[in-house]
Amino acid sequence: MKDVLSMTINEIRSCLRRREFTALELTEFFLERIRKYDKEIGCYLSVREDLAKEMAKEADRRIKAGEDGLLLGIPMGIKDIICTKGIETTCASKILKGFVPPYDATVIERMKKEGYVFLGKLNMDEFAMGSSTENSAFQITRNPWDRDRSPGGSSGGSAAAVAMGLCVTALGTDTGGSIRQPASFCGIFGLKPTYGAVSRFGLIAFASSLDQIGPMARNVSDIAVVLQSIAGHDPRDSTSIPFSPPNYASFLGQEIKGLRIGIPDEYFTEGIDEEVKKGVLQAIDTLIGLGAEPIKLSLPHTKYALATYYIICTAEASSNLARYDGVKYGMRVNGKDIVEMYKKTRVMGFGKEVKRRIILGTYVLSSGYYDAYYKKASQVRTLIKKDFEEAFRICDLIVTPTSPTTAFKLGERISDPLKMYLSDVFTIPANLAGLPAMSCPCGFDSKNLPIGLQLIGRPLDEGTLLKVAYALEQTINVKKIPDKYEC
Amino acid sequence: MKITEETVRYVAHLSRIELSEEEIREFTYQLDAILKYMDQLKEVKTSHLEPTSHAIGMKPLLREDKVEGSFSQEESVMNAPERKGPFFKVPPVIEV
Repeated sequence: MKDVLSMTINEIRSCLRRREFTALELTEFFLERIRKYDKEIGCYLSVREDLAKEMAKEADRRIKAGEDGLLLGIPMGIKDIICTKGIETTCASKILKGFVPPYDATVIERMKKEGYVFLGKLNMDEFAMGSSTENSAFQITRNPWDRDRSPGGSSGGSAAAVAMGLCVTALGTDTGGSIRQPASFCGIFGLKPTYGAVSRFGLIAFASSLDQIGPMARNVSDIAVVLQSIAGHDPRDSTSIPFSPPNYASFLGQEIKGLRIGIPDEYFTEGIDEEVKKGVLQAIDTLIGLGAEPIKLSLPHTKYALATYYIICTAEASSNLARYDGVKYGMRVNGKDIVEMYKKTRVMGFGKEVKRRIILGTYVLSSGYYDAYYKKASQVRTLIKKDFEEAFRICDLIVTPTSPTTAFKLGERISDPLKMYLSDVFTIPANLAGLPAMSCPCGFDSKNLPIGLQLIGRPLDEGTLLKVAYALEQTINVKKIPDKYEC
Repeated sequence: MKITEETVRYVAHLSRIELSEEEIREFTYQLDAILKYMDQLKEVKTSHLEPTSHAIGMKPLLREDKVEGSFSQEESVMNAPERKGPFFKVPPVIEV
């Protein structure tokens, strides 16, 4: 059983089929690890042992009956922004404390069909607004590689739980880098699919034109399996793309010889840590050694991406978060009339970063400023998208660092919003352009902190990302779990 | 353009968020810095460009307008912080 931390989902499922262990034993193994280790890191906001065991027993019944499912018997953690029927879903916000969704998100429905086992809900920055998980209203999450540092964010709970083996894999969400940046900080794989490839139905909205759900895992094969189980059209999400997902696993092991990898100048210059740069360039050399062809290129509007992003995401957030009014769900603070009730509820219920973004978003959408900010940003977004379209004429995918630095210290950036925003400077463009992008661990810096490499692909070309990530994984095989948390 | 405390107070009211005086001061300072950073977009020529909303340029897909299963009344109100029977309870909205 102790080898399961280094196994893929497919290998674990073979063991389950051969009855080397049961899904219940596997689930108990992870629950025991959560009890033992999670106090010192703080990945989970809630763990439902009762439910986990029940779902594991059901999986065992299905396995015995000879049934199949991509995730049959596989224990997973879910970022607490994805609605789970009958299970509290808080977005790490006081305003949603006690909210129990009466329905499952589409991704959860699909994973249930595939037989997944639910372990618990994972910590995050409140409403996914943040890059360090320090904006959670309930607890901070530490980085398993160095407990004084942040796991990144906003899917910091998901990334840390995967990195220290407190689940097989986890779901995260990514609006401006919230899967990839924490994956990079915690030394695991994280994929943000093409916008529209995975249904957002039941994902609590932050910035609707940018949000995507995606898998986080210790190996590439698991990313492919989880993506397979959640991708595809959903009529309940009007932005969901009508397409038939390919067999993602079929890309693993394909040669990358002759593949043109674009290396954009703008991602290797300003503000990047020298060790990160070196680590990523070394990984690029590895890919070249495997036959990939490097192409130098420019994405000239990259420098405008951060400003564009923070206009669009705060504008959309201010509108999406208008629904928290103390009436339909969550907390309420009474006042002398309804407006005072709204104001008191919202000031007590939201944390500082959420308030800051709602105010900023309301400002950029307010009368007289809409054209100067929101419309302008949406137009610059077109230019950023065109940069990528141009680039993909001469290359098949783009390789960059995931974040300019490795994990920063807790408390180091929390008082300076702009500095915090800068840790997403390399991940944001893929959200603005809607492109699939993946962070892959590619080594460690001199402080023994993981370095992440980002792959960005053409729309719906997750397959090429998986192919390259797999080639890299097989060649450099980076250590995934810190010694302390090994079995 | 310089953000004033007055602006922050007004926008906070529009957002239905009651900020403390200290938060107003802090947000005024921070929003001013953030908006200054955003002003760099002014140097980009965009008058000829269409705005992008859906990243791959898809129009929203609408479902056929037909009745399907929905939440029961109980499920609809079960998360309400205050309720009266099957209704959401709110303070008086219309003055009498």
